[in-house]
Amino acid sequence: MTSKVLNQSQMPVSAPATSRAAAKAERRHSIRRLPLLTCVVVGLAVLVLLMVVSASVGPLRIPLGDVTRIVWTQLGLGDGSGMSQRDVSVVWQLRIPRVLMGVLVGAALAISGAALQSLFNNPLADPGIIGVSGGASAGAVGVIVLAGGSITWLLPLGAFLAGLAVTGLIYVLARPGRNTGTSRMLLVGIAVGSGCQALTGFFTFIADDQQLQTLTFWQMGSLAKVIWPQFWATLPVFVAGLVIVLLNARTLDVLTLGEREAQHLGLNVKRSRLIIIIATALLTGAAVAFAGAIGFVGLVVPHIVRIVIGPGHRGLLPISAIAGAILIVAADCASRVVAPPSEVPIGLFTAAVGAPFFLFLVVRMRKSSW
Amino acid sequence: MVREVPESTDQTSQTPAEAVVRAHEVTFAVDGRELVSEVSFDLHGGEVVALVGPNGAGKSTMLSLLAGDVPPSRGSVEIAGTEVGKWKSGPLARIRSVMLQHNSSNFAFSVDEAVQMGRLPWDVDADRDAALVAEAIADGDLRGFEARDITTLSGGEAARVSFARTKVQTTPIVFLDEPTAALDLKHQESLLRSVRQLRGDGAAIVVVLHDLNLALRYSDRVLVFGGGRLVADGKPAQALTESLVEVVYGQSVRRVQPEGIDHPILIPV
Repeated sequence: MTSKVLNQSQMPVSAPATSRAAAKAERRHSIRRLPLLTCVVVGLAVLVLLMVVSASVGPLRIPLGDVTRIVWTQLGLGDGSGMSQRDVSVVWQLRIPRVLMGVLVGAALAISGAALQSLFNNPLADPGIIGVSGGASAGAVGVIVLAGGSITWLLPLGAFLAGLAVTGLIYVLARPGRNTGTSRMLLVGIAVGSGCQALTGFFTFIADDQQLQTLTFWQMGSLAKVIWPQFWATLPVFVAGLVIVLLNARTLDVLTLGEREAQHLGLNVKRSRLIIIIATALLTGAAVAFAGAIGFVGLVVPHIVRIVIGPGHRGLLPISAIAGAILIVAADCASRVVAPPSEVPIGLFTAAVGAPFFLFLVVRMRKSSW
Repeated sequence: MVREVPESTDQTSQTPAEAVVRAHEVTFAVDGRELVSEVSFDLHGGEVVALVGPNGAGKSTMLSLLAGDVPPSRGSVEIAGTEVGKWKSGPLARIRSVMLQHNSSNFAFSVDEAVQMGRLPWDVDADRDAALVAEAIADGDLRGFEARDITTLSGGEAARVSFARTKVQTTPIVFLDEPTAALDLKHQESLLRSVRQLRGDGAAIVVVLHDLNLALRYSDRVLVFGGGRLVADGKPAQALTESLVEVVYGQSVRRVQPEGIDHPILIPV
């Protein structure tokens, strides 16, 4: 039983560990973030620019200057004399509601994604992936078929209620905890999503010809048919969801620690959970009601925003909203430009970016979290 | 370097305060199987109580019951005279804090932010909050880690962050579930010294420990669990006898009293 004792000077010293490699690792794991205000200002500037561009491009090209003049005039802030009536109605009646709806849909999807990720304590949660969008879609289709789709405001309401039921169900089946992991959440999402698809299929089956036309267009995930009344019907649902989520930014922060930990820190977890489920259902309902199910925005946007400004929800939520809006407005713009005069569904663009991104995250995820 | 050895004199009797935590015939059953059976004890301020016992003896379940995570099937747990289930979560978080065993996170908060979350139950007071967080970070030997992404921490580092968060919650009742499990020797000692310091400030602390020698060294009282029952409750040096440990753990031990150390040591044989 002899053991060789190293000379003191040869002994590995654990502290202070200031080797160059350690310092490098330290820097790699350290968090560097951009200031929130910079992100807001730059984000909004990009968004407004894109909105103007989006209102200008399409089968009928309208110069950027004319777009802004038409908007000012309509808002009563400018002189619209000498504008062609056709341009005015194309911009104001067709493109502006569409662009605004794009902003709303993108922001809603991104924020509901961020909130769901905190709720499930899982960065892979997304309204599309875990079936919430599917539920909201089934609700909206149900309204179109059963109520004829003529009552505009019923659509977001139906989408919200169905989304609420589905989110609640998924949450009950795949609550975050020690015995549930990502795989459970995704499996439950697949099953619930399929069930909702069957329901949507059933409604489609019993739909008459005219309803079918509405449905087909809607199912492709598109903003092409959006008009003012639809925007106004969606806005209150969106605003309600947005306000609730923003007011609960701190709650969402604490929930990322886990439900028990959050409860120990004084959060009323049961109530918070319910509030967040309602808010995400409102947002997803707003996003899906007229634009259809557009996937992956809620996954990709918060993920990238977290890298830029960190996971704190006070910054994450507003920046995700802006970034989501940018993504959808840009995708909508592209959908009109790529193969004119036909339109490519927006969902195609978001899936083209989102699906590989999702796979990348799945592969990279630590094995322990399954 | 002379390290202060915690004395195991009876300090609790000097402050004969009301019991701050009271477990009365607490039973917790799942599917008819009792994980905790008819456990009763009182807990006072200025007391470090170690929960010890073999795997599956009901220690962590007992801690969950004390924390109010689960309601007891029978019996009651009272905190400051009120049943734990009747407390609102906010006020409860200002009087008791809990550190759990699993401290992994999926979201890249910084160490600083993660510790700061312990201030949630309290009204914001930026200066005081910052001072408490800085102190807890220094105490947990986490200085220089403030900007580290918590998802990249090792198990031991994550446990230290978690303990720091529990500390800044500044509650008079503290429940710790195996806080030292992932820690190296030095950090085990420093964490338990911090626990002694909290006790000095008048806090009541329940700590689940696996290492009986740590319980002997740092606790004022041990509650020994076996098969869901409380089988011994007393001063560690008196309760943890060779025969009791052998009966409860099914492992024979020798108890020795090294010279210059004022608590006995258990060695498996």
